[in-house]
Amino acid sequence: MNQPLMKARGVKVYYPIVSGVLRHVVGHIKALDGVDFDLSSGEVLGIVGETGSGKTTLGRAVLRLIEPTEGTIDFDGRNLLKMDKEELKHFRKEAQIVFQDPFASLNPRKTIRESIGEGLLYHGLVKTRAEQTERVAHVLEQVGLPADAMLRYPHQFSGGQQQRICIGRAVVLNPRLIVCDEAASALDVSVQAQILNLLQELKQKLGLSYLFISHDLSLVRYLCDRVVVLHLGKMVETATVEELFRNPQDPYTKKLISSIPISHPNQRRKYATMDMDNGQATMDEQP
Amino acid sequence: MADPILRVRDLTTRLQIGNQSVAVVDGLSFDLHAGKTLALVGESGCGKTLAALSLMRILPQPPALPSTGEVLYKNRNLLTVSEKEMRAIRGARIAMIFQDPSSSLNPVYTIGNQLLEIAELHLGLTGDEAVEHAMQALADVHIVSPRTRFFDYPHQLSGGMRQRVMIAMALMCEPDILIADEPTTALDVTTQSQILDLIKSMQKSKGTAVLLITHNMGIVAETADEVVVMYAAQAVEYDTVYNLFDHMSHPYTQGLFAAMPSNHRTKEPLYSIKGSVPSPMMFPKGCRFHPRCPYAMEKCRSGAVPDFTVNKDEHHHVKCWLYDGSEESAQKRSVKLI
Repeated sequence: MNQPLMKARGVKVYYPIVSGVLRHVVGHIKALDGVDFDLSSGEVLGIVGETGSGKTTLGRAVLRLIEPTEGTIDFDGRNLLKMDKEELKHFRKEAQIVFQDPFASLNPRKTIRESIGEGLLYHGLVKTRAEQTERVAHVLEQVGLPADAMLRYPHQFSGGQQQRICIGRAVVLNPRLIVCDEAASALDVSVQAQILNLLQELKQKLGLSYLFISHDLSLVRYLCDRVVVLHLGKMVETATVEELFRNPQDPYTKKLISSIPISHPNQRRKYATMDMDNGQATMDEQP
Repeated sequence: MADPILRVRDLTTRLQIGNQSVAVVDGLSFDLHAGKTLALVGESGCGKTLAALSLMRILPQPPALPSTGEVLYKNRNLLTVSEKEMRAIRGARIAMIFQDPSSSLNPVYTIGNQLLEIAELHLGLTGDEAVEHAMQALADVHIVSPRTRFFDYPHQLSGGMRQRVMIAMALMCEPDILIADEPTTALDVTTQSQILDLIKSMQKSKGTAVLLITHNMGIVAETADEVVVMYAAQAVEYDTVYNLFDHMSHPYTQGLFAAMPSNHRTKEPLYSIKGSVPSPMMFPKGCRFHPRCPYAMEKCRSGAVPDFTVNKDEHHHVKCWLYDGSEESAQKRSVKLI
C-alpha cells in the first residue's frame, strides 16, 4: 500500500488545570491521550464515541485548529506540526471541515456566493468575480442546489439545504480531506439520508477522504471503511467496519453497538431493570 | 380492551397568519391507554409538537386559535373545561417533557428548588415532607447521590442527567399521562437508550400512559405499542406497532423507515424521500404527500383522501389511495420501494 494521506501517531491534547493566585498548573485534563491512525487516500475513517470522548478535539487537532500537546501528524508525507505559514496556508486548502450545526457555521450576513466563494479568492484559485461566480454555480449544482441560491442568505434555506451549502463550501477548494464533525447528526432521517448520499457521491466523484466524526454507529456503519472508537480521550479499539460490527472486542464498543436503534419491534430485548442500574451509574458521572 | 385514558377525536388546531388561518393539526384522532405508549412519528414540521401542545392547551393565542374537536379525559373535554380546571390537570395529571432539557430548566434555581415548587404547588406538601418527596423523585430516576445533586444548578449536570431531572419532575405527581416530546433527540445514543429504559420502567411501575413524539423509527420499534404517523398536519397511518412494522403501508411511512442507515447493510445509496415537508401555508391540493410520493397517481392530485383499512384489518388506518382496492392501485403497490 502506498503512503497514507494522513498519519497520526500518539496525538495528545492536554489542557492545564491552574489554581491559586499564581496560576500554577496543578494537573491536566487529558482531552486526547495518545491516538494513532492512518487515513489512506479515498478512505472514510469513522471516529466514534460519546459526548466528552474527545472526538471533536481529534477532528480539530488534525486540522491544527487546536495545537496538539504531543504527537506527530503527517499530511501527505509532511509533518503538519512543523509547517511554516506558507505551507500551512496550502494545507488549509487541502483539508476542510463541515460542522454539526449548519446555521451556526454560515455567516448570516453573507450571501451564499460570498460564503462559498471567499476561499476561492483567498487561495487565488480564481482571479475575477466572474470566475468566482462560475465556480460557485458549479459547486452548487454538485451539491444539488439551484444556481440562483447563491444570491440568497442562509436563513432562507432549510437545515438540509444549509448543510449542503456547508459541504459545497468545503469542496469548492478541491480539498483532499474533509473532516465531517457530526455533519449529519442534527438532521431529520430523510434529510440525513440525502446528506449521506451526497457525501458518498462526492467522495467517488472527487476522490475525497473523510474523517467522519459521529456518535451514531448506524451512520458510521453505512459510510465508513474503518473506525476508531474513543472513550475518555483514549483509543479503545480500531478496526474495519465489518470487523467492528461482527466481532467487537472492547466492552465499550459492545455497548455502543447495542445502543443502535432496532429496526423491528421483534428485536426488542427482554426488558431488565438490573441491566440499567449497572449501566447508568458509570455513565452519568462525568469525571 | 379497557377504556382509553385519553380519547382524542378530530383534534384540529389552526394558526392565524395574516388574515388567513391554516390548520397545523388537522383532524387528529387516537386513543391512549393506561400503561401503553403511543408514538407520534413524522419529520420536523409535520405538526407533532403542535398536536401535543394543543392537548395541553399551552399554545399561545394568538397566533393559535382555540382547538376544535374532542380531547376526552375522565369524561371531560379538555378543550372546553375552564382555564382553572385545566391548571389543575396540566402538570399534575398530564405532564410533559421537552426535547431540550437545558432550556426547560431554570438556570438560576437549583434543581431541588424546582422540584420543591411542584411538591408545594401540586401536591400541597411543605417543609421536610416536600424535600423528602423531591429527593425520592431524584432517586427514582436513578440519579447517583440525589442528596448532593439536589443542590446543584442545571449547568452542573450532564445532558442525560438533566433529562432525568425533567422526567423526575414530570412524574412526581404520578400523572396519568406523560407527553414526551423528542426526549432523546438532543442526547447521545448510549444515553438515549438509558432514558428510554427509564421512561419504560417508570411507566411499568406507575401505569402511566405515554405519548411519545419522535422522528426516529428505531425508537418507535423499541418502545411503542401503537403508532400514529403524521405528515403535513394529518395522521396518515395508524396501527399497533407490530402490525405497522410488518405491513408498512403509507409510502411516507415506508420512506421514513427506508431512510434509516441502520436498515442498510450495503453501501448502496440510501433511500431518501425527495424534497421536504411543505409549510402549512403551501400544503398541496389532494394528498399532501403526492409531490414527494413515488407512487403518485392521477386521483392523488385533487380532493381529500379518505381513510382506508389495510388487509381488512379494522385497526390499521391509512390515508392513501393505494389502498382503495382498485386495479390501478394494486398494480402500483406491487412495485417495491426498496
